[in-house]
Amino acid sequence: MVAPNHTIPGLRLSGEFSYNERPLFRDLVLELLPGSWTCLLGSSGIGKSTLLRLIAGLETGGSFSGSISASDDLPVDGRVAYMAQSDLLLPWLTVRQNVSLGASLRRELQDHVKTDYLIHRVGLEEYMSSKPGQLSGGMRQRCALARTLMEDTPLVLLDEPFSALDPATRRQMQALASSTLQDRTVLLVTHDLAEALRLGRRVYAMTQGKLQQFDLPTCQSIRELDDPAIMDIQSRIFSVLNA
Amino acid sequence: MKPESGSLSLIRVWEILFAGLFMILVWQAVVWVTQVESFILPGPLAVASAFVNQFALIWHHALITAVEVLAGLLLGVTAGILTALNLTLSERGRKLIMPALVMSQTIPVFALAPLLTLWLGYGLASKIAMAVLIVYFPVTSTFLDGLANTPKGYLDLAHTMRSPNRSTLMQIRIPAAIPSLTSGIRLAAVYAPIGAVIGEWVGASNGLGYLMLLANGRVKIDLMFAALLALCILTITIRAVVVLLCNRAEKWSGLSERN
Repeated sequence: MVAPNHTIPGLRLSGEFSYNERPLFRDLVLELLPGSWTCLLGSSGIGKSTLLRLIAGLETGGSFSGSISASDDLPVDGRVAYMAQSDLLLPWLTVRQNVSLGASLRRELQDHVKTDYLIHRVGLEEYMSSKPGQLSGGMRQRCALARTLMEDTPLVLLDEPFSALDPATRRQMQALASSTLQDRTVLLVTHDLAEALRLGRRVYAMTQGKLQQFDLPTCQSIRELDDPAIMDIQSRIFSVLNA
Repeated sequence: MKPESGSLSLIRVWEILFAGLFMILVWQAVVWVTQVESFILPGPLAVASAFVNQFALIWHHALITAVEVLAGLLLGVTAGILTALNLTLSERGRKLIMPALVMSQTIPVFALAPLLTLWLGYGLASKIAMAVLIVYFPVTSTFLDGLANTPKGYLDLAHTMRSPNRSTLMQIRIPAAIPSLTSGIRLAAVYAPIGAVIGEWVGASNGLGYLMLLANGRVKIDLMFAALLALCILTITIRAVVVLLCNRAEKWSGLSERN
């Protein structure tokens, strides 16, 4: 299902952004490593989601000058899948129709085999014909994940997708997302330090218009946080965020 | 799952019956206590007997009013939906036409009735036009509002999925606007009979509005009340059917709070 690694580009954003003439950040550089997870940490209102929306090409309400480019020099536009805190499932469509929404909107041929495979992968095969209103919060987010995977884009932008879930469901979703998106270039915006350390290959801590970069050792799946090296990074990020 | 509405609607039927019975009792009490002449206020019994005795006459006129109301409702709702869709697609159109539409609402529909009768004659057309006029604006404005207020997240999602505008409109914005549209249509179902009856008052030879004026002129106040009763039943029936259809549409959209 997943394209070979060499076709997955990294991404670089650099520039400045102002909102109502007030600069939100200047000379900022954000680099996403190809085929791995980058987490963007910071408190609410600091501009994390703005960065993500800039990459996704979505309305931000401010003005950006700078560049956003993929490492393979192909346009970023059209190669991005987006998943938000709210699952954004269309309540009038079934789980199956929601998962294949992208193809339906673009009037492309539906790939039923792939749709069913991905629904199976997120464990919703018994709910294919259910509408979102009949699902729990965790199930809805799993359906949204399947929809994101269905888009099969090399770049995946996750805007606090797990923050509305209870702790147990959140851990399950993190594991599921980590395994299903392991070869993509992922940007995860979160305010949960543990989540960033568990999932990220690289973590950016964002404070008042600045980014501080922390690279973590590679890890096959979800990282356990009791490793002394990780605990050290954790305390460094913590002190940056609270400075 | 949410509770079924079956038992709830049964309670509501009882409530409505009880309220109706209470009003009839008050009415009869007023007639007894004040000893008012029957050509001023006939009692419920007199009205009921007029309703039964003149049923064929009332039925004939009620059917005509029903046709006017339903045709007006259908045309008005269709025109409202098409206008809202067109104004959604064209920003320039919205800027040009919306102020005119809002301004047009300052003209009382009553004032237009004689004109419509003059232009369209004494037949069905002028009454249907009245109903269309009265229905058109609430449907247009509520649907337009709904189309303009699609949840932003849905539009973001459509954008990242590279959805063409037309697909976003057809597959996201229209379904998401269904609750707004249905609230407009519910209003329309109550307004449409008003339009038709105003039309009949201004000039007609058929319909419940005409029958009421005729009965009034001949001091058959019991018949007038019976025609009014028929109009109430007609309005309630049409509204009930419309509400049922609207609830279904909302339930399908998954956006209803009430289902």
